[in-house]
Amino acid sequence: MSEQTLLNWLLTDEPTSRRHARLTRFYQGWLALRANTLAMLGLSILIVLTLMAILAPVLAPHDPFVQNLGNRLQPLGSTDHLLGTDSLGRDILSRLIYGSRITLYIVALVALIAPIAGLLVGTVSGYAGGWVDVILMRITDVFLAFPRLVLALAFVAVLGAGIENAVIAISLTAWPPYARIARAETLTIRSSDYISAIRLQGAKPLRIITKHIWPLCMSSLIVRVTLDMAGIILAAAGLGFLGLGAQPPSPEWGAMISEGRRFILDSWWVATIPGLAIFTVSLAFNLLGDGLRDVLDPKSRGQ
Amino acid sequence: MNTLSKLLSSGIISLTTALSPIASLAATPADTLVVANRIDDIITIDPAESFEFAGSDVSRNIYQKLVNFDPFNLDAGYQPEIAESWTVSSDGRSITFQIRDGLTFASGNPVTAEDVAFSLRRAVALEKTPSFILTQFGFSADNIKETITTDGNSVTITTDKRYATSFVLNCLTATIGGIVDMKTVMANEVNGDMGNEWLKTHSAGSGPYILSSWKPNESVVLTANPNYAGSAPAMARVVIRHVQESASQRLLLERGDIDVARNLNTEDIKGAREADGVIVEDELRGRLMYFALNQKHPDLAKPKVRQAMKYLVDYKGMESSFLDGQYVIHQNFLPRTFLGAVDANPFSLDIEKAKGLLAEAGVDSLELEVGVREAQERIEIAQSLQNTFAQAGIKLNITVGTAKQILGRYRARELDVYLGAWGPDYPDPNTNAATFAFNPDNSDAANATGILAWRNSWDTGGLTEKTAAAVVESDRNKRSEMYADIQAIFRDTSPFAIMFQRIEQTALRDNVENLLLGGATTAASYWTVTK
Amino acid sequence: MAVTDPISEGRLQAPFGQTILRVIATFGSIAVTMLGLLFVTFVIGRIMPIDPVLAIVGERAPQATYDAVYFDLGLDKPVIVQFGYYIWDVLQGDFGDSLLNARPVSEDIARVFPATLELATLGILFGILIGTPLGVLSAVHQGSWIDQIVRFVALIGYSMPIFWLGLMGLLIFYGLLGWVGGPGRLDIFFEDIVPTRTGMILIDSAISGHWDVFRNAFSHIILPASLLGYYSLAYISRMTRSFMLEQLSSEYILTARVKGLSERQVIWGHAFKNIRVQLVTVMALSYANLLEGSVLTEIIFSWPGIGSYVTTALLSADMNAVLGGTVVIGLIFVCLNVLSDLLYRIFDPRSK
Repeated sequence: MSEQTLLNWLLTDEPTSRRHARLTRFYQGWLALRANTLAMLGLSILIVLTLMAILAPVLAPHDPFVQNLGNRLQPLGSTDHLLGTDSLGRDILSRLIYGSRITLYIVALVALIAPIAGLLVGTVSGYAGGWVDVILMRITDVFLAFPRLVLALAFVAVLGAGIENAVIAISLTAWPPYARIARAETLTIRSSDYISAIRLQGAKPLRIITKHIWPLCMSSLIVRVTLDMAGIILAAAGLGFLGLGAQPPSPEWGAMISEGRRFILDSWWVATIPGLAIFTVSLAFNLLGDGLRDVLDPKSRGQ
Repeated sequence: MNTLSKLLSSGIISLTTALSPIASLAATPADTLVVANRIDDIITIDPAESFEFAGSDVSRNIYQKLVNFDPFNLDAGYQPEIAESWTVSSDGRSITFQIRDGLTFASGNPVTAEDVAFSLRRAVALEKTPSFILTQFGFSADNIKETITTDGNSVTITTDKRYATSFVLNCLTATIGGIVDMKTVMANEVNGDMGNEWLKTHSAGSGPYILSSWKPNESVVLTANPNYAGSAPAMARVVIRHVQESASQRLLLERGDIDVARNLNTEDIKGAREADGVIVEDELRGRLMYFALNQKHPDLAKPKVRQAMKYLVDYKGMESSFLDGQYVIHQNFLPRTFLGAVDANPFSLDIEKAKGLLAEAGVDSLELEVGVREAQERIEIAQSLQNTFAQAGIKLNITVGTAKQILGRYRARELDVYLGAWGPDYPDPNTNAATFAFNPDNSDAANATGILAWRNSWDTGGLTEKTAAAVVESDRNKRSEMYADIQAIFRDTSPFAIMFQRIEQTALRDNVENLLLGGATTAASYWTVTK
Repeated sequence: MAVTDPISEGRLQAPFGQTILRVIATFGSIAVTMLGLLFVTFVIGRIMPIDPVLAIVGERAPQATYDAVYFDLGLDKPVIVQFGYYIWDVLQGDFGDSLLNARPVSEDIARVFPATLELATLGILFGILIGTPLGVLSAVHQGSWIDQIVRFVALIGYSMPIFWLGLMGLLIFYGLLGWVGGPGRLDIFFEDIVPTRTGMILIDSAISGHWDVFRNAFSHIILPASLLGYYSLAYISRMTRSFMLEQLSSEYILTARVKGLSERQVIWGHAFKNIRVQLVTVMALSYANLLEGSVLTEIIFSWPGIGSYVTTALLSADMNAVLGGTVVIGLIFVCLNVLSDLLYRIFDPRSK
């Protein structure tokens, strides 16, 4: 297949198979996204971040854990330490690069756990209706009404400080909005002719939920997750800031800010650099999420 | 400051000069002392219950004691305060105090022998946390009527056996020795609590100040006690504001919005020194930074391993970097300036020696968990230890938790290694000896959670008896030598690696004079301050 | 922090006859939610590995003192019995005493909540007054450089770690420039002058006519309030933009334009009018989020609000205080939610 035929195949108005249709839609979405400069900027930042995480051992000029008390709090641009050194004389640039792994890890885990949990609760609630719906939605409300950081703090305190537990705690506070979105989508989908037809064909509820409702909820969830990513990174950093996230000597960015804030007045870069890193990545997720919303969100589609 | 931030700040400063007249520097009222301090540890002001650092500072300015320290001359030891003089019985068990005339409480009531006896009995009977400071002399709720008695203008206390008089009197200078106004307190009694509930948030003392308000985690306000027998303090009002962040404290001080900043970290102290109108004062305090090895761990119980760990600490590196000016190397359990304190600091970082010791003990790899609370300097010490331990093949995993969380596990003998601080409870060598080198029953059943040696399952190898002997020795020089001897053995054999002693660095406006924090022995005095 | 978005939950409209039933159901669900909230908090408090007894007696307490407090707190009773006692007390308006400072929790909350309320209210005003016009502007000029800038500024607000921004703001505007007051709510000169009525210093000082105190309080609140305002601005402008875009692309706007209405009438008279209810919902949510108390902002600005109160209490196992704080925050959240839900039901143009 030549390039031109592939393009034609992808852009056709008359898909020949379900897979073809899906690919066509995907490609058209991609084209729309590609036209959005800010979204592409976000995407490239995230690609760079991923590459940075994968290539950390190659990129980092120093071991991120090696201390040198005689060489602490070196300023920006000092020889051998481009971004200076921290309170224990560790190279900030190297810690920043290795820290990207932790950030990605947190983001990936929360992005897996919270929306899936929300999807599960929301679709079951919406599809089943009745008492199940009432009970599940009351539980969702309880978690929504909780002060979020307090809930996360409490879970971390129960589970013990550490990156995995921080992820679980954040997920526990992040799922309710997804549940509500998924429920709302399910309510509209459930009553559609399309689902009634499938039901008449004798499909079991489990199959209807997993095979037909879940795929339709996906796009709004993906948009929402991308937009929430920044919040998740900041929440993880907040936990790190309060000493309840990643454990030392882990170069988690929030913990780095927390360590560096003691020197904010004189050695401002120690806290500022990881602050900028968090900012950049959150911004990237937001830009991408905004772009994705324009492409995927049915409400704003077709403008 | 590095060049960029200097450039930045000078740029901004010249910008402001250009745009507006320089904002006039704020100043605090002339008769008010404004102190920024972390006071979130205060849970009560009742002297029978108060046991925290910030609380003892407040208490010292409100309550007088039988004997007390002269803030201007701490070296002189305890001096008469409410007691005018005292005599010791021939068997050494009873001390009779003559109560000074002319002292009055803030309520206007005179300070009498009855008040003194009431206060001491009350502190014993309430059985609050610090009550052990008194009950270690054999006082108990059942016998206080007989052991603490009054006769006209004198009070006699009788201990269960003979103790060094200096030991007993030193204990009476602790916060729990504060004398309260019996009539006022009992007028506010609820359900037989001897006014405990009321005194948590009110004061009834005869000292220079009265408590005018305490808002938890926010502020404590002291105002001059109009009925104070001494000369009225120059500062009619003392406001202690809770400011968590060191950077915030420094900004407030440099702008002149506060007079004293008590919790600046080493970097901010360096910065504050350069600021106009700010001076920095250093004072050696009694707090020690140490780590302890749990003897339930089979490898840590080996004497050579214990020794090796003490050679795996970069004492000098830490002292001259992130602890610079705020901690000084000290490897003995009695803080400098205490009776019996010694200056021997034989350990220094020596990886090869430690490796040799570990090899002799037959330990080649070891993985340990250290518990540390979420205070930045402690986390940094833990990371430095992690670094040096690793060089000898010991993997140290750091668990950071809230103070309460980590302490809970420490008290349950669950941690391999605990890294933390210890401050003396009263200014007598026994305070630390009785916890570091004293453990009469090492069994789990004893549940002696208050004793550090017990928490680490250490039977002290004979130091318990030596400590018990030292506390009843009445010859001061001999007693001092006994402690020196105990500490020499302790340094070598104990599972405790004592690393540093605290120096409190206080930054203040240069017009503030005579702010005396109380050294290693007592708490701060605000009534001496002038400005 | 993630912000909830009730808009995405397109609830079905109820027939008018069921309104009263609905009101009852609403109150019922509030009650159930609150009970659930209390129960979860209570359970967390009990399974936390922080020992509340230790928090009270301190690390050096002898075992006897420890045991006495343990029984005092009723910790020897089964959890469900303890919960029962607690609920009974709460229903009578008694949140119990703070374990740590022995004061009634309700008194503490009455002290810390106005501080948060004052800060959050000023913050949300800032967010609404600037965020809404920005959002409209951005939608009207969709795709232009104005739109790009507004979206970018909003995204920056979304992406900035607040503790960093707070410290930097303090350093520059207070430390170097001296334009605003420092950490805390008032300078020492002005403390204890104004009698406490509402606990909100701006209002108290205005009532009693102490304008010097008002000015001073304002200089202290302006920086943290603008920071919080910036965060809600980011959210509000973003949502406004998205609502406006939806309206502007709809048929009736096209019709209005064809009819020759001025651009101004089209935008403010028609499109904006139609999104007001949705906007109120967004604002209510932002407000609820601010009222939770931003722990980090409160720490940095030494602001004695409910966020840091609950956090401190939580970290020292003062469960009565945590429960009390959570109930208040949760109640506000639920009420604002119900309120915006109601508004939505009553005024939603699509239901007409």
